[in-house]
Amino acid sequence: MKNLGAILRHEIFLLLISPATYVAGFLFLLLMWLLYTQILLDLPSEDLPTTSMFQLFWLPVLFMIPLLTMKTLAEERRQGTLETLLTTPTSTTTIVVGKFAAAYLVYMILWLLALTYPLLTQFEVPKGRANFSQLDIAPLLGGYLFIAISGTMHIAAGIFASSLTRSQLVAGLLSFAILFILILGERILFSNADLPQGLSENWRPTFDYVRTFRHLEDFSRGILDTRPFTLYLTSTCAFLGIAVIVIEQKTSR
Amino acid sequence: MRPPEISIQVEKLSKSYGPITAIDDISFEIQKGEVIGLLGPNGAGKSTTMRILCGLVQATSGSAYIGGVSVVEKPDAVKRLVGYMPENNPLPEELRVIEYLRYRAKLKKIPAHEINNRVEEVLETCDLHHKARRRIIRSLSKGFRQRVGIADTLLTHPEIVIMDEPTIGLDPHQTKIIRDLINSRRGRMTFILSSHILPEVELLCDRILIINQGRIVAQGKSSDLRHEYVPGNTWRITTKGNNQNIPEELRKLDPDIELPPETDEALPDTFTFKTHNMGICGEQLIQHLQNHTEATLCELAHIEPSLEEIFLAATKRSWEATLTRKPAATPET
Repeated sequence: MKNLGAILRHEIFLLLISPATYVAGFLFLLLMWLLYTQILLDLPSEDLPTTSMFQLFWLPVLFMIPLLTMKTLAEERRQGTLETLLTTPTSTTTIVVGKFAAAYLVYMILWLLALTYPLLTQFEVPKGRANFSQLDIAPLLGGYLFIAISGTMHIAAGIFASSLTRSQLVAGLLSFAILFILILGERILFSNADLPQGLSENWRPTFDYVRTFRHLEDFSRGILDTRPFTLYLTSTCAFLGIAVIVIEQKTSR
Repeated sequence: MRPPEISIQVEKLSKSYGPITAIDDISFEIQKGEVIGLLGPNGAGKSTTMRILCGLVQATSGSAYIGGVSVVEKPDAVKRLVGYMPENNPLPEELRVIEYLRYRAKLKKIPAHEINNRVEEVLETCDLHHKARRRIIRSLSKGFRQRVGIADTLLTHPEIVIMDEPTIGLDPHQTKIIRDLINSRRGRMTFILSSHILPEVELLCDRILIINQGRIVAQGKSSDLRHEYVPGNTWRITTKGNNQNIPEELRKLDPDIELPPETDEALPDTFTFKTHNMGICGEQLIQHLQNHTEATLCELAHIEPSLEEIFLAATKRSWEATLTRKPAATPET
């Protein structure tokens, strides 16, 4: 893809000079600090603190991803700069992939910054009192791998939402709604005891396959099934592909 | 391959958006180094034509060649030959001028070792190298923003520059800067300008293309278009003294002369008239009036039809042609 490097560097620069990035980062790290502190105060528990932390991943993701992605395509279309971008030898695919990659990179950096909490706890808690390791590699790696792979789909969903509108606010709300359905939809749907028996029996296995929390559990236990990889990567390609089509349709007018 | 002297060649180009025809079978040629004015009412198809030539939009049918390169077959190659400034000149507000131009230079595939020199060159050409280079684009005035847009179009030394409303909203001083920029490159670069500021187009452009309802309704030099669409000569004379018989004397020269039915009360000594008799010249008018009237002739001016009159006449003619083409509605029986 021509110009992908230039687009990527530019997008990262834009994210770094955008206040929304720092708001998202600050709120995310603040929330993760509060959650992690609460997890430590609730000890002892069945799960390791890092595992419990990852189980609450959806909370920061629901607001962080809309903040990181809502401006990407919506603002370009509103300003009209998308058209000037397309006058260069740069394809729509390159633009979408570049924006996706930049948002994903910042997303992963913020998650890696959250690693400081278990790191600090590991070094600050006196060894005699702790009967577990904050930095147990397996659940930590599994958790981050889950964040990395599911993050591709979530960021792609945010980019897709941004492609549909010229308004950042609408893009953010749309992104929030899509992520809510993707992450929590199945849990809310099947927690309703009034659902018809047929619906629950026939559709549960299908939804079980795409259930995000099940993937998190498997990854945290070190079960690296290729099916979630396939699900998230193909969904990422689908969201980005549709975003490309939407942008091409709107800019060809 | 098309002859290299022809910068742009368009043949039977059409673009439809579903049932709506934006441009319909337009054909024209533009020589290298020409400055062309593209005129037309809103919604006529000017922007669509320009965007097709830039490779932004695909035509429904027809062909377009830019510098001998087919727009349909090689849109990326065409993008390297064309510098395009869209209407309203959209710019990213959060970047500094120099940051934006460097980014655009990278996107336009200017070699890394040439980027700094090229950016400095266009900054100097557009007079942005002193105060504006490190200013954030959001803080720039309209005139400076237009200059940044033009600097961007000139980065790759394109053969063709296409600008949609480049002087809109600018004050006369800023407009003159843009005009001087274009004039300094006349002959070396081909320019296509779309504008509603007709005096500016007349001042700047070698030839004019008028589009209406998706079709080219007139093309040529403004002098040729005058003869075709606003034929005849318009004169204005200012007199002093007894000028009661001036209209009668003018009719003796040309019985078909067009005079206003009543004298303008604000200017009772001024007569503006039009004659289709191209043989009548100023000297003849002066002699005839001096010999046959008691009034003293103070001023004689030949008034050339403005581009606005040509535009209105050409578009009116095309609308009338459209009406005659439509089948008459038959009443229900």
